[in-house]
Amino acid sequence: MVRLEPRRQHSQAMVYLSPVLAILMTLVVGGIIFAFMGKNPFDALYTFFILPINNSYGISELFVKATPLVIIGVGLAMGFRANVWNIGAEGQLTMGAIFGGGLALYFHDSESILLMPAMFVLGALGGAFWGAIPALLRTRFNANEILTSLMLTYVATLFLSFLVHGPWRNPEGFNFPESRPFPDAGLLPIIFEGSRVHLGTAVAVLVVIAGWLLLSKSVIGFQLRVVGKAPQAARHVGFRQKRMVWFTLLLGGALAGLAGLFEVAGPIGQLQPSISPGYGFTAIIVAFLGRLHPVGILFGGLIMALTYLGGELAQITLGLPNAVTGLFQGILLFFLLACDVLTKYRIRFGSIAAKGRTA
Amino acid sequence: MKGAGPAQLEVRGVTKAFPGCLANDDISFRIEPGEIHALLGENGAGKSTLVKIIYGVLQADEGELIWEGKPVTIHSPHDAREMGIGLVFQHFSLFETMTVLENIALAMNDVRDMDALRKQVLEVEKTYGLPLDPDRHVYTLSVGERQRIEIVRCLLQNPKLLILDEPTSVLTPQEVEKLFETLRRLADEGCAILYISHKLHEVKALCQKATVLRGGKVVAGCDPREETAKSMAEMMIGQKLTAPDRGEARTFGDVRLAVADLSLASDEQFGTDLKGINLEVRGGEIMGVAGVAGNGQNELFRALAGETEQEAAPDSIKIDGTSVAHFGPRRRRRLGATFVPEERNGHGAVPDMSLSENGFLTAFRRMALAAKGLIREVPTKSFADNIIKTFDVRTTGSGAEAGSLSGGNLQKFIVGREILQDPGVLVISQPTWGVDAGAASAIHQALLDLAAKGTAVLVISQDLDEIFAICDSVVVMAEGKMSKPRPMADVSIEEIGLLMGGLHDLEGNATPANDTQVEGGRVGQA
Repeated sequence: MVRLEPRRQHSQAMVYLSPVLAILMTLVVGGIIFAFMGKNPFDALYTFFILPINNSYGISELFVKATPLVIIGVGLAMGFRANVWNIGAEGQLTMGAIFGGGLALYFHDSESILLMPAMFVLGALGGAFWGAIPALLRTRFNANEILTSLMLTYVATLFLSFLVHGPWRNPEGFNFPESRPFPDAGLLPIIFEGSRVHLGTAVAVLVVIAGWLLLSKSVIGFQLRVVGKAPQAARHVGFRQKRMVWFTLLLGGALAGLAGLFEVAGPIGQLQPSISPGYGFTAIIVAFLGRLHPVGILFGGLIMALTYLGGELAQITLGLPNAVTGLFQGILLFFLLACDVLTKYRIRFGSIAAKGRTA
Repeated sequence: MKGAGPAQLEVRGVTKAFPGCLANDDISFRIEPGEIHALLGENGAGKSTLVKIIYGVLQADEGELIWEGKPVTIHSPHDAREMGIGLVFQHFSLFETMTVLENIALAMNDVRDMDALRKQVLEVEKTYGLPLDPDRHVYTLSVGERQRIEIVRCLLQNPKLLILDEPTSVLTPQEVEKLFETLRRLADEGCAILYISHKLHEVKALCQKATVLRGGKVVAGCDPREETAKSMAEMMIGQKLTAPDRGEARTFGDVRLAVADLSLASDEQFGTDLKGINLEVRGGEIMGVAGVAGNGQNELFRALAGETEQEAAPDSIKIDGTSVAHFGPRRRRRLGATFVPEERNGHGAVPDMSLSENGFLTAFRRMALAAKGLIREVPTKSFADNIIKTFDVRTTGSGAEAGSLSGGNLQKFIVGREILQDPGVLVISQPTWGVDAGAASAIHQALLDLAAKGTAVLVISQDLDEIFAICDSVVVMAEGKMSKPRPMADVSIEEIGLLMGGLHDLEGNATPANDTQVEGGRVGQA
């Protein structure tokens, strides 16, 4: 019989090493898969992980892709810390894009400098609104937020699709299902000339700093850690779990909404049926890869952004399907979870045969 | 019988190591047939590990077990039962919604005929004086009756060695005496009994031999009948024992904690509803709440601490005259009440947070450890350092995780955290549960000192010795009801025992001595 036995003391170093280990094993398994597909594994891995970032444009693209992942990841980590499992960031991202982008479309001939801040606010509100629904269902009816937030994702993406196919379709757009382009006042300023790195990337860095302060220095961050680690202790001192459900879903939703707005007001510049290659879902992996710590999430976001870039390049130069990106992300999550389990538990074979003589 | 033939069980040089700790170090002793043998030791002395080795749950690293003169290897509890070893656990593993008979059948290796089993059960019950209706559902039974199921289960297998692990922690003194009668009858028939306890007067009343463990080693063997409880306690802890200093005769101030006609439905499925609880604790007074576990003490604690979802009736709970029934825990604490729950890990403290953070947990308002929504690092750390220093918490420092502390040290930290907040009211549940004797006496002294400064202290405890040692007055809970408070000086342990059994009609009637149940009830004369 094989069983898992809790380790009495788990190594703190392994908690931080396990993402590194997971990445290494992902590379090995990825190489094997490439070999089976008839590609030279070393060339393929080079194409996937090095080629995308061996020039300055590549690195700037890495930042562009990492921006939404980091912003969403920080928001999700707050919830995960408090055992609030918001799986619907993709939907909240979409609603943020619809709310903020809708404002840009409404004022499509505006030149006001107030348009951009207003879009920020509406984007965050849109995401928070979409996060509020699972929060309400959880706190009032005890409905599992994993299911409700996930299902609402599909509602949001279909709603966006309806808008760009119908009421918000560009009247001058030759019937393509997309909105008008946003006015210049509704586009994020580029912060590095010649690249697509926009203001949102700077915001992402601020979000990391603010998230770190909130989590480790503030009373509310303390409360969510206690609620997550020891619900009974939280009840004992009067930290209300329901408040934490509301707080984390609203915050996570708002950040996802903001990330969605940044996508449509940044690289995309208009509303389309598809505005995200699954950033909201990938951010879940980012959050865990970063050990639910904002600074870790910054690195996690960069690594996962690389899988997007590598996947695109692999399509172009190696002729591999786009599914390679999802495959790599999945393998990475698998190894990460496996490493985490083995950090906390050891595997024992046989029921009682093994002895614990060694310390 | 003794000294002749082979021992029923002989333990020779048993050693068992866990990562980072030598739980059993070269332990040897023997139990003769018909002998009631006590295994004494504090928590962490290695008693449970040894029992698990004897019962086949764990394997010894070194040493051997000799059963009726032959070396044996016991691979599993199944093996142990086959050989004739029975174990009555401290915590019962019973299915609440099934009947007594069904629960017994589940634990037997091979049951084909329920009617035959019923006959066997009734016969065992009759022989050993363990009345129990086989068709009652477990959730309707008292804790003492539940324990009887476990004992009947063991007896059905005709054990030659019966092991009881802290069997009396959930029993009233009268139930304890009944249990002892059963055990003595079993011993007379030749069954060896290994009795694990830290209640020394019980060991003295019941056992003929004792083996004392400390730090995984056998440190003494003795005849409990020739020792005093104090001398055995000193063998267990390895140092002289000092009784808590109660100070001068205390005077009591105004009522600081008042509970009036508090009724509250339990929020747990098989919990106990509180029914019309009344009590008043004055400044400087330590009041004990005695009772068998599961008679509403947890519900009372949660109602007082403000943890319950449903609100008590207005004015049913007052702290220093302010009605707090509709307040959450934080507002009650702001009024000067502090609370220590029974469970340390996960309830009183967060195991994988540092001591600093755990100090912050309950004290951040009263000790002003937060400002503008942010944690003030320096005062937070120095508050934790202060607790560690004042209450002699053995740890590597305020950065250590709470879960890394031993039970006694963590309890000292938690109690210290609440006491240093200078509370007007302290409600503490099982203050020394699972705590070593040194830490226990430090905690008792701290509670006495706190009361001397004018705090009203309510101690919820199953340990009558503890209540007799530190309390000024006592109330007893049974089935969610509470007896009238009685000054400690004019109440006897028998009376408390009767109240624990739920005999509220005897209240005020101070002469229950003609009750037959009390005849043998001088069990716990501390």
